[in-house]
Amino acid sequence: MARLVGRRLTDWLPAVVVLVGMIGLWEGLIRVFNVQAFLLPRPSAIATTFWDTRHELWSAGWFTFQEALGGFALGSGSAILLALVLARWRILGSALMPYAIAANAIPIIAFAPITNTWFSPLNKSSKITIAAVLCFFPVLVNTLRGLTSVNPSALELMDSYAAGQLQIFRRVRIPTALPFIFTGLKVATVLAMIGAVVGEYFGGALNALGVLILTRARVFEFNEAWAGVLLACLLGIALYLAVAALERLTLRWVPSTSE
Amino acid sequence: MTVVQIKDLTKRFGETTALQGIDLEIEPGEFVSLIGPSGCGKSTLLRIIGDLIEPTSGSSTVNGKPARQARIDRDYGIVFQDAVLYDWRTVAKNIALPLELARWDRRRRAAKVREMVDLVELTGFENHYPWQLSGGMQQRVSIARALSFDPALLLMDEPFGALDEMTRERMNMELLRIWEASGSTVVFVTHSISEAAFLSTRVVVMSPRPGRISGVISIDLPQPRTATTREEPHFFELVTEVREALHLGHDMERTPA
Ligand SMILES: Nc1ncnc2c1ncn2[C@@H]1O[C@H](COP(=O)(O)OP(=O)(O)OP(=O)(O)O)[C@@H](O)[C@H]1O
Ligand SMILES: [Mg+2]
Repeated sequence: MARLVGRRLTDWLPAVVVLVGMIGLWEGLIRVFNVQAFLLPRPSAIATTFWDTRHELWSAGWFTFQEALGGFALGSGSAILLALVLARWRILGSALMPYAIAANAIPIIAFAPITNTWFSPLNKSSKITIAAVLCFFPVLVNTLRGLTSVNPSALELMDSYAAGQLQIFRRVRIPTALPFIFTGLKVATVLAMIGAVVGEYFGGALNALGVLILTRARVFEFNEAWAGVLLACLLGIALYLAVAALERLTLRWVPSTSE
Repeated sequence: MTVVQIKDLTKRFGETTALQGIDLEIEPGEFVSLIGPSGCGKSTLLRIIGDLIEPTSGSSTVNGKPARQARIDRDYGIVFQDAVLYDWRTVAKNIALPLELARWDRRRRAAKVREMVDLVELTGFENHYPWQLSGGMQQRVSIARALSFDPALLLMDEPFGALDEMTRERMNMELLRIWEASGSTVVFVTHSISEAAFLSTRVVVMSPRPGRISGVISIDLPQPRTATTREEPHFFELVTEVREALHLGHDMERTPA
């Protein structure tokens, strides 16, 4: 279990000190300069509100987290499958990759209002779609790079055994690609949360986290809005850490992840 | 039956003629070294024998079959210059790779892997990953992998090129021991004259531009070779003979006949 966390307490300590210091500084500066709460509330006030409204927050957070998770699974899953197809039949790959790379540069989040009209805005599907599309391209590009960056002599060895394409994918290409796939997946976790929350800013169910943040900010309940932002951050980090843990578990052969 | 038979073989890469007019026959149980200056086509010849690349003209058969059929029948094991181990597989799993592809069942595989690990003296390292091994140990894993399915023919491309002299001499002894124990045929690429003379039953000297065979020297040193073999006068005579053949090939290049 300690392996999953990967580092010892002493490795974490500097980062924890920085975090505590930052929060302390934030709290102190607001008190000293008497900053208005609508500009930036005190961390202690946010924390108190977070605790007081935890039931409402949690139900909104869970709703949005499901959207993010659904989008992440759908987008990453289909990206990995497509990458496998493109790596197997290179002609397809060279025909489609320029568009995938171009699409990667598009601010896909801009389509959020449109997916809201495809499905009902109250429906999870519209946010899942945005999150999925956001996750799709980085996972596709990374997976394909991994599948095709195999050492030529590793392939020559498989040739010497007269191995078929299926064997080559299973035993060489996919294992080689795994570190690349995880890099893509980790980027995708962050994008999935962004997609779900921002998607909800353009309209969503009442008990969604993005809607909660938006409506609270509109009625000047800044502590509540910030508590919602905090939860969105925590959920995003949780998803990221879950994938990072899975990576450590899977890539046990990589020196830097096992130790 | 002749293990390797190459007839009037030519290989061109675009403008470069890597090999020209190669004729070579290798009999069962032979240990044949290919030696020659860089770029004379040693690796290319080895890859053609293994059907990893195709000749431009001429023929190459292994165990009396076309090279492709021999590859499909897994008649040979190959050791590349760098060990080419799969990072995500432990020592045991790397050695078991050809056995998995040949669909050996788990029990038979485990037994064979144990035998191979003993043979290359890596007992205790079965569950190590390649990055946890030294270069020499990695190369031994790669040799064990090539031997694991008992191929009649072993192709080795400068397997000890990256090793220090001490390790190299120890690996030479191990290789000879393995060769004697398994009774296989070996085609061995090297840049070292003394290594070629020490290991081989026959040394094939090649010269470049275009790559061709410029001489064949029988190494009639008694078997088994031991550490004292390297100190025998006849060993030095043979080393000299190989060296002169190499220089002759080199002169042929400078003053084309
Ligand atoms: N895939 C390739 N494409 C083009 N040219 C090649 C290719 N492989 C080899 N050659 C050329 O063929 C010639 C022989 O190469 P080869 O690798 O067989 O030499 P070698 O004898 O193994 O040399 P070294 O001792 O340096 O390993 C060289 O001139 C090389 O440039
Ligand atoms: Mg070579």
